[in-house]
Amino acid sequence: MLLTISTTHQPATDLGYLLYKHPDKVQSVELSQGKAHIFYPEATEEKCTIALLLDIDPVGLVRNAKGPSGEGFALEQYVNDRPYVASSFMSVAIARAFATAMNGTCKDRPELVNTSLPVEVTISVLPCKGGEYFLRKLFEPLGYQVQATHHPLDSNFPEWGESRYFTVKLTHTIRLKNVLSHLYVLIPVLDNDKHYWVGEHEIEKLLDKGEGWLQTHPEREQITRRYLKNLAPLTKYALAILSAEEQAEVGLEEELPAEIIEKKKTLHEQRLALTVEQLVKSGAKRVLDLGCGEGKLLRLLLLEKQFEEILGMDVSFQSLENARDRLKLDRLPEKQKERIKLIQGSLLYRDKRLAGYDAAAIVEVIEHLNKSRLATFERVVFGFAKPGTIVLTTPNAEYNQKYETLTAGTFRHADHRFEWTRAEFEVWAKNVASVYHYQVHFLPVGPEDVMVGASSQMAIFETIPR
Amino acid sequence: MYIQIPELSLVVLIGASGSGKSSFARKHFKSTEVVSSDACRGIVSDDENNQAATADAFELLHYIVAKRLKRGLLTVVDATNVQPESRKHLIQLAREYHVLPVAIVLDMPEKVCYERNNLRPDRNFGKHVIAQHRQQLRKSLRNLKGEGFRHVHILSSEEETNAVEQIVRDPLHNNKKAETGPFDIIGDIHGCFDELMLLLERLEYKVEQVEATRQNFGFVVTPPAGRKAIFLGDLVDRGPASPQVLKVVMSMVNANTALCVPGNHDMKLHQKLSGRNVQLKHGLALTMEQLAHEPEEFIRIVDVFLDKLVSHYVLDHGNLVVAHAGLRAEMQGRGSGAVRAFCLYGETTGETDEFGLPVRYNWAADYRGKAMVVYGHTPVPEPEWLNNTIDIDTGCVFGGALTALRYPEKELVSIPAKQVYYESAKPLDYEKRKAQALRAQQQEDDVLDIEEVTGKRIISTSLAHTVTIREENTIAALEVMSRFAVNPKWLIYLPPTMSPCETSKLPEYLEHPKEALEYYARQGITQVVCQEKHMGSRAVVVICRDEAAALSRFGVHNEGIGTCYTRTGRNFFNDSALEQAFMQRLKNALDKSHFWERFQTTWVCLDCELMPWSAKALALLQNQYASVGTAAGAALPDVVDVLYQTSERGIDVSQLLNEYSQRRELTQKYSEAYRRYCWSVTSIEDYKLAPFHILATEDAVHTDKDHVWHMSTIKAICEADPDFLMATPYQVLDLTDEQQYQQGITWWEKLTATGGEGMVVKPLNFISKGSKGLVQPAVKCRGKEYLRIIYGPEYTAPQHLQRLRSRGLSGKRSLALREFALGMEGLERFARKEPLRNVHECVFGVLALESEPIDPRL
Repeated sequence: MLLTISTTHQPATDLGYLLYKHPDKVQSVELSQGKAHIFYPEATEEKCTIALLLDIDPVGLVRNAKGPSGEGFALEQYVNDRPYVASSFMSVAIARAFATAMNGTCKDRPELVNTSLPVEVTISVLPCKGGEYFLRKLFEPLGYQVQATHHPLDSNFPEWGESRYFTVKLTHTIRLKNVLSHLYVLIPVLDNDKHYWVGEHEIEKLLDKGEGWLQTHPEREQITRRYLKNLAPLTKYALAILSAEEQAEVGLEEELPAEIIEKKKTLHEQRLALTVEQLVKSGAKRVLDLGCGEGKLLRLLLLEKQFEEILGMDVSFQSLENARDRLKLDRLPEKQKERIKLIQGSLLYRDKRLAGYDAAAIVEVIEHLNKSRLATFERVVFGFAKPGTIVLTTPNAEYNQKYETLTAGTFRHADHRFEWTRAEFEVWAKNVASVYHYQVHFLPVGPEDVMVGASSQMAIFETIPR
Repeated sequence: MYIQIPELSLVVLIGASGSGKSSFARKHFKSTEVVSSDACRGIVSDDENNQAATADAFELLHYIVAKRLKRGLLTVVDATNVQPESRKHLIQLAREYHVLPVAIVLDMPEKVCYERNNLRPDRNFGKHVIAQHRQQLRKSLRNLKGEGFRHVHILSSEEETNAVEQIVRDPLHNNKKAETGPFDIIGDIHGCFDELMLLLERLEYKVEQVEATRQNFGFVVTPPAGRKAIFLGDLVDRGPASPQVLKVVMSMVNANTALCVPGNHDMKLHQKLSGRNVQLKHGLALTMEQLAHEPEEFIRIVDVFLDKLVSHYVLDHGNLVVAHAGLRAEMQGRGSGAVRAFCLYGETTGETDEFGLPVRYNWAADYRGKAMVVYGHTPVPEPEWLNNTIDIDTGCVFGGALTALRYPEKELVSIPAKQVYYESAKPLDYEKRKAQALRAQQQEDDVLDIEEVTGKRIISTSLAHTVTIREENTIAALEVMSRFAVNPKWLIYLPPTMSPCETSKLPEYLEHPKEALEYYARQGITQVVCQEKHMGSRAVVVICRDEAAALSRFGVHNEGIGTCYTRTGRNFFNDSALEQAFMQRLKNALDKSHFWERFQTTWVCLDCELMPWSAKALALLQNQYASVGTAAGAALPDVVDVLYQTSERGIDVSQLLNEYSQRRELTQKYSEAYRRYCWSVTSIEDYKLAPFHILATEDAVHTDKDHVWHMSTIKAICEADPDFLMATPYQVLDLTDEQQYQQGITWWEKLTATGGEGMVVKPLNFISKGSKGLVQPAVKCRGKEYLRIIYGPEYTAPQHLQRLRSRGLSGKRSLALREFALGMEGLERFARKEPLRNVHECVFGVLALESEPIDPRL
């Protein structure tokens, strides 16, 4: 909520000319959700410090919130850190308060604009998603010396660990307008959240403020991605209300180490390719994708002419909406559109819409079900829907030791309820096959290790002809 | 002249254009009963005579007819219907919906038709059209019965048509809705005369042997006053005395002390007796042998009796259906070959099992009808309810028992077979052995059907008539239920949301007890209970005395003795060992306080608060509450510092300095507020459970007891383990007594001054109705400091508080009532042992309603 910029350039009070703010006055600018105050805690020839203090209205913030959800309930947190941190509100305040300086104009001291000054910036407090490591990766390549004080979540509960908040001190000898641009872009990048809708004009702003430094910044990709973060409500808003108490348990994927995310991506492609291969091999014409998510597999299935009818089902309505967009279902030619249908459904409820298909893909789904519900899943899929072929994949727990960054004993995804070894998977699959009159064989997914096998495992079930 | 037609029929009017069909239909039927092709043409094309729209018009006509027949409504088709192909589709529809097709032909002379059409300016087609119609009609007349019409009435002149005074609707033979019982419904006898006698005796029917007449065949049976017997068929074959059984049953039917529906064995005997070539298998040979000793006349009477038997009966205003092999809902009260076949044989899958017997399709598993269906046909080791149906054929002839169901008492009465008269190909208890002790309903309950939860739902409840759930909400609930909820077999209840009291008008308060107490006083409630509100997480505990009870009452296998779940149905404990340790500890307390004996139960459902808050909500606490405290706690002192520094320079920032210093203090209070409700949990010892409602035990939902009963009963349990269980402090207030009223306010002030969350005010009675109907079952009144967690650290600053005061409660209150009604309904259904889907419907409904966009701070 507080940004101070100091210089020891002589005379230090020139800072006032550069920033167009008189050192002996307190000034305020209006922001959409409050105000920002500008004043000088010190202003001597030796050292001059300007403070930019946010005065965000905590109640107004919630009441007037017109977030993407439309209503502002639930998605916006009522008890909110926004009034106390440096976020995109700070960027807006910088742009409002120091617009001329950012543009590099200074009527009274034009020579100062392009002069590198000794500058010290403090930010109190800055939420850093990605931690101190990422903070340094953003500022150090630009020449700043970074000093970060990490705040614990609650000193009464040391076991809760560190918070995401830092008090940050940056020192550098640099042109002031550059400091302002860096802060303008990098504060919201660290916060990784925006208080306003991200639209197309944001790209222009980024190019403008990033001119001269962003292109050569080693983290430019990450900066761009986070800066243009699309705030579209990924979880349906009703769902957010329901899971308010426990919401932290879902959607933690982003927090996973980059190494795993990368490996997961290629592995997933392999898994999907193998699934399609097996479905094609089965000779199926009408296929199900149970737990289709956002439609990655559906897209591949559409490419295979053999599949005349494709039904994608997912329990998440939002995922289906995303799938619809990604597959551009509305714009498909009529003949193609007829081949595919998306429905919301659950693998824990009998559903006659699923009966009579030749084959089904169930890719990385069962590990998201509680073990105690597997028996129901089996009856729904193997007992009632009864597709001729079922291609089912799940992670191989043995392989987890190959992921160095994964703590032993934890799962690959926060929502996994279990992960099976190859032996456990086979016991389960063979038992299901015998109860429901299927035969089953197994395939590894991804490169195989001699000791621990492949990263993922696949079972292919086929009905036994009577 | 009268025309007689069955009350449920598809009446097809047949006649050329101008023959007077529409006038005839208008005269004799309700306008809604008549579906006219001209009207359909009009609907699809704005022109009743637009022949180009014929195809679409008939598609619509057939659609309407199908919907009406499906709903069991007599329907009249007003179209020319002169060609066989146009009638064929209608006959198919009648068959599909098991309705009798009736033809009424208006065979008018061509001249009449022509003149009539001439009178109508919009009918300008030529004479040749009518001539053609007439020709087609005459050709059709010969074979209408062959086409499938059960009744054909032909009117050949205007005089004849005008002479029809009335169309009389005959009730179907199977319609005995006016007979309300009580009944004694008796399963498959198969010639087991001795057991039948014992059963009748046990049912208190008096059987006298008298001289035989053509009516009584030597038996006079007198039922207990007002009762009537119903025989479910398969009177004969395999057993030792089929003729004797026939005599008793025929005597009772003749005396109107019994009804009888036919079984497949009875029909086979009928075919044999009528001289058809029937194989003497499955015990028929034995029956024929026994009958050989009877006089010829008796055999003829038997043949006539069997011939007249009606496939099934609909009784007691449609609440009871009896048929030999059962009957699907859509076939009840209807007549067709398919209905009769179903009643006799049930449904088979076309496959045979390992014993060479046809595999029966379990129609009862899909049954969702309103009527109770009692049937036999398939021997079962013991009768079991499944979806409001019951098979009471307990295989007497195979050495099982002869069973009767008393209706409406639902009592089963059985007489064990004296011996095995006939070896069954399949062991009688085969299915049972296969199903590992789960009741049929519980097996069925393993899988719920998606159709029964999604889409717009309208749920009937005893407290609030009906509750409607919107489709958007069921969409959200399906995801939450599937991804996070515990096994639905445990999930018999979800708690309703609770409304706060109205906003206080006092300067520093958002909530104050005055409004809570006044709310109830306004509703005409004089006695209320104030309960301390513990700040933990709402938890519902379902616990059984042992795993055997979990299996027998809940159908839950290998999931321990119970579960504890959150208000959205999530498992409270992610670690099942911890959960079972928790359950065991609670069970010990229940054991020690003799709970099971006192309540005559093997299970209980408790509404509780589970502490600490941080146990379940740790992620929320860390990511949101503690984070805000950290950010504010780190930033505000820096802000105050720089402002102080600035003022030291002689710059006037006093107002800002003042404001931000206050903000720093408020955020400190905020951190203190949430910290009170946190402590770390590493074992069971760290948890505290505070039950506040004993919701249900076997056969009982305890909403008929007041809250003092709940509180004191719970207190007794808590005393068994005070380290783990917390009795909730409470006060009972008489609202008409000013002193007690004040006492309630003082109590709240004391509670909240020491950092308590606040209190919940409830009417003394669990369910209370006021002047405007059901009143809120509870209203919460939260403390000033606690509300910082909800409304933000700085909510008490006057400029904030002022704005926060405008908050609407009506949405929240209406939601609370609807959820309360659904929650109670679910428990009642569970107590009545209804199928799980009926219970789940209510629980799913509560979850769906919880996704309504209501301000979560309320």
